[in-house]
Amino acid sequence: MIEYLNILITEIYKIFLLIIPILTAVAMIVWLDRRVWAFVQKRRGPNVVGPFGLFQSLADALKYIFKEIIIPASSNKIIFVLAPIVTMTLALISWAVIPFSEELVLANINVGILYLFAVSSLGVYGIIMGGWASNSKYPFLGAIRSAAQMVSYEVSIGVIIINVLLCVGSLNLTDIVLAQKNLWFIVPLFPMFIIFFISALAETNRPPFDLPEAEAELVAGYQTEYSGMMYAMFWLGEYANILLMCSMGSILFLGGWLSPIDLYPFTLVPAPLWLIIKILLLFILFSLVKAIVPRYRYDQLMKLGWKIFLPLSLTWVVLTASYLFYFNLLPVN
Amino acid sequence: MKISRLLKTILLLDFISALIIAIKESFKSKKTLNYPFEKGKISPRFRGEHALRRYPNGEERCIACKLCEAVCPAQAITIESTEKEDGSRKTTRYDIDMLKCIYCGLCEESCPVDAIVQGPNFEFSTETREELYYNKQKLLDNGDRWESLLAANIKADNPYR
Repeated sequence: MIEYLNILITEIYKIFLLIIPILTAVAMIVWLDRRVWAFVQKRRGPNVVGPFGLFQSLADALKYIFKEIIIPASSNKIIFVLAPIVTMTLALISWAVIPFSEELVLANINVGILYLFAVSSLGVYGIIMGGWASNSKYPFLGAIRSAAQMVSYEVSIGVIIINVLLCVGSLNLTDIVLAQKNLWFIVPLFPMFIIFFISALAETNRPPFDLPEAEAELVAGYQTEYSGMMYAMFWLGEYANILLMCSMGSILFLGGWLSPIDLYPFTLVPAPLWLIIKILLLFILFSLVKAIVPRYRYDQLMKLGWKIFLPLSLTWVVLTASYLFYFNLLPVN
Repeated sequence: MKISRLLKTILLLDFISALIIAIKESFKSKKTLNYPFEKGKISPRFRGEHALRRYPNGEERCIACKLCEAVCPAQAITIESTEKEDGSRKTTRYDIDMLKCIYCGLCEESCPVDAIVQGPNFEFSTETREELYYNKQKLLDNGDRWESLLAANIKADNPYR
């Protein structure tokens, strides 16, 4: 009995050790996003609260906590309350399998990438639930758009992941990173990386694909009826998802925790730091894109997803498979 | 023509050039003010918070002619007056409802003795409505507080009147 309790406590301890840094990172990343956006537009961005305005997100979170939560009278109350919780939970549980170094991973499961993909696909439920339960026009339209968009781009992300898996021969995320010891997959699979990046933008509803919350048409999409802490949870979940997509990108293509060159000065940097640096670089690219690219029209978005990315990534799967098969490079596990 | 356009799209040339511009621009100097610590320049004619001025000997300038009350388009000003021992008029009440005020500056224009003026202060937000119903004491305090600036502004604007 005592042993089981001990295991439970150590596991909970580990989970908290993972979740607290991630929530802090999400808060910091929101600040970074706003700051990069402001810098491109020659503004200053949040710079008053704390050093360089670093605590701005904390102040915002405090504000959201003290705001009243308004639940529309005609809404489906249970689902309405559940939606942000689902979004947030799904955004956080996927971090369990992300390897920060060879040992530093909460759950080193054999189907890590599949788990990651499945959980990020589930994320659309939070949005649909929120949009439907609000029982009003704009959230519903926003939710439908968001669902269609996420499903379309998940297809091409899935196919891109197959490309990587063909080169690795394992679904384990640690194996995927270790397979890149000699050459990061960004080099042989560069077009796939670009498509993955753009699909990740669409998947996380970031500009230029932020149609679900297109302010001009849909007020704020599925978030319209939400307020206070519930809105903040949607918001945190969204950024946690963005962070997750960045880490997925760096694990699949940028060699995860591996240093760029396996030489003396680079090996001094601890492994998790490399992953964090890569995630941050990808995230800065995410925010730069937000600042420079105008929003897509809905039909253009669908056209890009189904008529360009899907055939391209499928072709690339065939090419990769044929290449590996012809030169007898298929990984044997 | 079409092939070059296709190549441009596939290689994301427009996007990359935009990215380079964005990165370059983000290191240039900022065009916005660091507001609470750094403020924009204000014209001497700026119509901000109201103030009632005094003569250098401490006597109130206001002679209770009620021109400002009459001219006020928002009817934000209320004045009551009595006669002093020396026979001159003096206000007993001078209220401005800052919520009604539209900051048009007509009270300042109409005043024959430069008593009511609109100063350079625009940061007088309050947490309750009641605090924005200014009475005579508040306006006189404002005048005492801003007098040096008010006098300088009136002097600077004088040649154009």
